[in-house]
Amino acid sequence: MAAISQAVPPTPRTGWLTGRRLRKLQEAGLGYLFLLPAFGILIVFQFFPVFYGFYISLCNWKVTGCYNLMPVRNYVSLDASNPIAAAIGSLPLGNYFKAFQDPEMWHSLLVTVTYSAISVPLQLGIALVLAYLLFQNIRGKPVYRVLIFMPYITSTVASASVWAFLYSPDKGPINAALHALGLPAFKWLNESRGIFEIVGSAAGVHLPNWAAGPGLALIAIIFYTTWVFVGYDTTIFMAGLGNIPNELYEAAKIDGASGWQLFRRITIPLLSPTTFFLLIYTVIGTFKAFNHIFVMTPLEIAGDPTTTTSLLIFRQMFQYNRYGYSAALSFVLFAVILTLTIIQNRVAGRRVVYS
Amino acid sequence: MSTRSLASATARSGGRISWSRVAIYAVLTMGALVAVAPFLYMLTTSVKSLGSVIAGKFWPWLPLGDEAIQWGNYLEAIRRTGWDKQWQMFLFYRYAINTIIVTLATVTGVLLTSVLAAYALAQMDVPGKEFLFLLLLATIMIPSDLTIVPQVVMMFQLKWYNTYLALIVPFLASVFGIFLLRQFFMQIPRDLFDAALIDGSGHLRYLFTIVMPLSKPALVSVALINFIWAWDSFKWPLLVTRDSNMRVLAVGLQQFLVGEGGTNIHLMMAFSAMVTVPVIVFYFFTQKYFTEGITTTGIKG
Repeated sequence: MAAISQAVPPTPRTGWLTGRRLRKLQEAGLGYLFLLPAFGILIVFQFFPVFYGFYISLCNWKVTGCYNLMPVRNYVSLDASNPIAAAIGSLPLGNYFKAFQDPEMWHSLLVTVTYSAISVPLQLGIALVLAYLLFQNIRGKPVYRVLIFMPYITSTVASASVWAFLYSPDKGPINAALHALGLPAFKWLNESRGIFEIVGSAAGVHLPNWAAGPGLALIAIIFYTTWVFVGYDTTIFMAGLGNIPNELYEAAKIDGASGWQLFRRITIPLLSPTTFFLLIYTVIGTFKAFNHIFVMTPLEIAGDPTTTTSLLIFRQMFQYNRYGYSAALSFVLFAVILTLTIIQNRVAGRRVVYS
Repeated sequence: MSTRSLASATARSGGRISWSRVAIYAVLTMGALVAVAPFLYMLTTSVKSLGSVIAGKFWPWLPLGDEAIQWGNYLEAIRRTGWDKQWQMFLFYRYAINTIIVTLATVTGVLLTSVLAAYALAQMDVPGKEFLFLLLLATIMIPSDLTIVPQVVMMFQLKWYNTYLALIVPFLASVFGIFLLRQFFMQIPRDLFDAALIDGSGHLRYLFTIVMPLSKPALVSVALINFIWAWDSFKWPLLVTRDSNMRVLAVGLQQFLVGEGGTNIHLMMAFSAMVTVPVIVFYFFTQKYFTEGITTTGIKG
């Protein structure tokens, strides 16, 4: 600090707020004024709600206010004579205890994780292949790019509505095409049975419940998700491919490397920062997916094969006005996302090669 | 301009057909077809009669069939949304106007707040701006599901529920916009400002007369991507509006799908087409900026 203040030329003696100092202060003031609108909005509508949401999750929330704090004892039977148990019982974490006992919550988490675990590798795998192919010297590259990206920019509700009809069991073109090929028809979005259960029953094998697999309705939604996001992932992958220096390929080719070796030994490792970014981004994206799942889920379907936690939070709030409970559910979901992101950082982050 | 040729070395070896090239084109064409097919299905179905849709006729028009192109489906879909007494028009038009109001207001607001904030972060001496930048980074980590309940509650408390304020104000700032513009503004050398300062220009004038014209591609990217997001928004408008005349197109379409459109497939497709086509046309003219905006933030994000 001392060195810096020595370097600053002495201010004129006419006053404290003059010359350089005044200019600096003015600049800072103007800077804060510039930052105020954006940060004001972000703080009020993004930051503050995190804390407010936690408060709501502790409450029995009625319309617009905390009617009373939701004690744990409402959902767990505790020995009131035990002072420790009584203290735990009076904690305002009732909504969380309710959530952990709610089979719907666990089921929704399972659906969410399944949705993510299938759609992320599917999306990224297809996108990587498309990006790699598009990166070859091919004709009509811009046309392919634009067309593959198109699903990503169109209105989700509109394209999901169209897909919902494509999947229609009796009139939809997908079943019509299967029929034309001599294949069996499916109920798609209206099918709550698991995919292994369907295959099993076709083969005359009765599978136990735990082996039923994800519902066909969820798989149908995963196909749609893939259709939407492959274009985005491909675009990002292509930008990543563009960052790999061409000399590396040239050098490897001189050493007699095959096309597959180039891909395996150069493309994959040097693309890993991009892949890592996409992995984190798409996992988070699948966890908060809502619009298309909501639109494509039929009003009545047994077993809720497509009810993700995001959908459950929405229903608890929108249909039942359980604000406190849905706020608690959203914190549970956040904890899961955070844990998964940390695990991904540890496991996948180690394999990322930064050139 | 790509001069790379990874697997294409074989392609140029002589005049014979390279099967690997054929395979590449086949896979890409398949991908493009799958991407486009649902749109083509939507457009063709939107001008068929309901009878042809149910009968599964692929091409009911001349020369294969005798049906006329049913342009009337579009008017019928608009009519079936119902009547808005307040503004004396079909509700469809009301949905469209609401969507345009919300989209325009959001995009303009985001541009303004992002330009100012990004400029302050990139080019000005503001104490504590590193901290503010970290705050911005933290905002990205907040998942929307975490804040949706308190946000809805706040709309009730502010008495913004079922008004345009609820649809617009919370979205007047965009972390993505600030990031992208900050990155762009940082590339502008500070010497340029010092030169402008000698000419008697202040920060505000410098920003609007020099920085912004220099950053046109970045501004266009931010505007376009926020336009797509605003046009696409569905969950929030569904949560914070009650009256049918406050709906945006996406919510109107979903309500139509649950009601009339569930059985009248041809009308549902016409409605979907009216929501989708403007965006697609817009995209075709501006796609270069989309790709730029998405890749710069994507890679560095």
